[in-house]
Amino acid sequence: MFKSWLRTSTVAAALALSPFTVLAQDSPKQGGEIVITYKDDIATLDPAIGYDWVNWSMIKSLFSRLMDYKPGTTELVPSLAESFEVAPDGLTYTFKLRKSVKFTNGREIVASDVKYSIERAVDPKTQGPGAGFFGAIKGFDDLSGGKATTLEGIEAPDDATVVFRLSRPDATFLHVLAVNFASVVPKEAVEAAAGDFGKKPVGSGTFILKDWTVGQSLTFERNPDYFVKDMPHIDKFTVEVGQEPLVALLRLQKGEIDIAGDGIPPAKFLEIKNSAEGAEIIVDGQQLHTGYVTLNTKVKPFDDVKVRQAVNMAINKERITRILNGRATAANQPLPPLMPGYDKAFPGYAYDVEKAKALLADAGHADGFETVLYSTNTDPQPRIAQAIQQDLAAIGIKAEVRALAQANVIAAGGTEGEAPMIWSGGMAWIADFPDPSNFYGPILGCSGAVQGGWNWSWYCNEALDKRAVAADSMSDPAQAAERQAEWGKIFTDIMADAPWVPVTNERRVVAKSPRMGGDGDIYVDPTRVINYDAIFVKQ
Amino acid sequence: MAFLLLRRLVQTALILLGVAAITFLLLYALPADPARMIAGRSATAQTVANIRRELGLDQPLLVQFWTYLQGLVQGDLGRSYAQKTDVGALIAARLPATLILMAAGIFVEVLLGIALGVLAAVRRGGFIDRLVMMASFVGVSAPQFVAALLLLYVFAVTLAWFPMSGFGTFAHVVLPALTLGILGAGWYARMVRSAMIDVLNQDYVRTARAKGLSSFRIVFRHALPNALLPVVAMIGIDIGQFMSGVVVVEAVYGWPGIGQLAWQAIQQVDIPIIMGVTLVSALAIVIGNLIADLVAPLIDPRIRAR
Repeated sequence: MFKSWLRTSTVAAALALSPFTVLAQDSPKQGGEIVITYKDDIATLDPAIGYDWVNWSMIKSLFSRLMDYKPGTTELVPSLAESFEVAPDGLTYTFKLRKSVKFTNGREIVASDVKYSIERAVDPKTQGPGAGFFGAIKGFDDLSGGKATTLEGIEAPDDATVVFRLSRPDATFLHVLAVNFASVVPKEAVEAAAGDFGKKPVGSGTFILKDWTVGQSLTFERNPDYFVKDMPHIDKFTVEVGQEPLVALLRLQKGEIDIAGDGIPPAKFLEIKNSAEGAEIIVDGQQLHTGYVTLNTKVKPFDDVKVRQAVNMAINKERITRILNGRATAANQPLPPLMPGYDKAFPGYAYDVEKAKALLADAGHADGFETVLYSTNTDPQPRIAQAIQQDLAAIGIKAEVRALAQANVIAAGGTEGEAPMIWSGGMAWIADFPDPSNFYGPILGCSGAVQGGWNWSWYCNEALDKRAVAADSMSDPAQAAERQAEWGKIFTDIMADAPWVPVTNERRVVAKSPRMGGDGDIYVDPTRVINYDAIFVKQ
Repeated sequence: MAFLLLRRLVQTALILLGVAAITFLLLYALPADPARMIAGRSATAQTVANIRRELGLDQPLLVQFWTYLQGLVQGDLGRSYAQKTDVGALIAARLPATLILMAAGIFVEVLLGIALGVLAAVRRGGFIDRLVMMASFVGVSAPQFVAALLLLYVFAVTLAWFPMSGFGTFAHVVLPALTLGILGAGWYARMVRSAMIDVLNQDYVRTARAKGLSSFRIVFRHALPNALLPVVAMIGIDIGQFMSGVVVVEAVYGWPGIGQLAWQAIQQVDIPIIMGVTLVSALAIVIGNLIADLVAPLIDPRIRAR
């Protein structure tokens, strides 16, 4: 008794990935070569290792995975898979691969490539950051713990069939198969690269890496044999690295480059916005992002829920959105609006200085107290921390702002009893995939409240943890709505304990030349930032 | 000469060992965990532990240092934590750009510095002297970022004489070299000026004047060579400094030098790259000084190579 999803998934995928997802009057054209700049060098293009926002979208385009997202949306669709079935107990997933899809080295992709690729991502020797995503696959602990060299939970009965057996139901499993770490790689190319696959990637995605001049530029060319017709739209894109954002913007205005990947420096934003071509240059899009202040429940006086609630009422979030040039909206719950489970009706804690003072007095801190607020040290984060500092001063809390390099803030957050408050700007949680569970475990669940963890509130509510596990066990698609509602409830219930001050949901800004077409959602795609597959040049 | 080189070689080895030891200890004493940085946010505790073990970060510090040294003596700078590539290759890829910018920058600053310094010394106390001294003061105190952007805006954006960014042709190197040269020239101008004033007051110069030699000949043939010694020493220092990267200038002009590599590695706590760059620049400083010491006797025969 198998439940079959998307029997006509080939058609569905073709439709979903077809170029007609953008507005008709701005329909994509084939062709064109563009230049994109970034400040930072590209660390690696190995899908098992790359995990920063710049290489994330390049890896997405170089490789393909069983599942993927419809461009510009959070809608999951089969990609390398033609169809799939989920067993009623949610423990077995059977995928049929698309026929005659080839790696760019010419070899056809078979089921054992999928098995190899995921095992490689989990294998400790790979040193991949994403191993844990595959934790539900049977045999994960053995491979991850070094007791096995393969995953017994992945089988390839024939060249076109992959079967996953899970040790526990995991409602996010289809999303897991869409993250970069699940990208399919050819074993022979990995071995031929002798440890340098990250610089010599071979995949089956929309683009092929043609040249990489270390420290200078990377050239990607259209994969003519990509398995979805008419994708991608551009013939070639060159990525120039080491480019200061301010200079990149000048070059963009002169027409030398097409996309300034780092966006617009805060100091230049208004000038560009008010310029004649401003509207064409600035594109922004919603991300799965929430900026927050953590209140360390293990540090006095934040161990008192009243104090945490008072701080929640004291912060003027609207002012912070203005510091961000209006490219943000005030948040009142951990989940961002784009995330399934977001509760539109949730009121949150309204900005109310008098009420905050009263609560603080009620908690025995009528005269306030002294504390420390950590922040990263790149603009505009210290300015936002200062705004928070002023808001706190208004209710009598004297907070010292400690602006440090990102690595040091992360280290302080993960050390018990160290950082009373942290403003998350510059390192805030952006979801790995559009599912609410991704916003819980590491940053709000008990498993993250450990030495070196990312739960900087050190908040651990075992009742909520149990509900989270229960929600993630609802892998039956029929329960999807119920599961989503339960997750939404978990996040709003968290707010009763107020371990965070949810502050903003930031939109990412990218600057593009007027000749680039398509709407903002493909330049700031919620699952990959720039969607190189979908962008196009107007002709 | 041979003895000098041998002694310098031993000194160099000791200096590098010292630099390696201190940098290594400082980096590992930092309150930031490289394994955590690589693992990112979603990693489970086990993933972090696995990464730490694979990188050898779970070993005692001395064992780690010993392993590093063993690689180092074989010329192996290790593998980058974040990029998973040989550090040696990463540095080598950026070496040509770094060397070109270093040479061009020093060329401009020395040329400009000597010219202005001589001019100021000859016109001592006059308007030109005061102008040069003021300009050199502005030069040495101007923030590189502002100066670089200003030059970029005028010569690349407005006049479009030079490309805004990149590496490869002669035109690309002009603006970065000018930025470094103009800012650095101030030091040289001040140094040359005071050395020249000293020299010009000496008896042999008075004799030369008495012989009726032209001012030009006195200044450039007789006085200047004797005033150049500190310049040579200064170049030695600049070689080292520029080799460790000029982060800001590189960033503004998109110059693929070693500085950008180091800067990014520091953000990511990519210790092998930081170590590699530090060692390469320490080596450059030693070599720069060695060159200065070897060149000095050629300029002033009174000095013998020691």
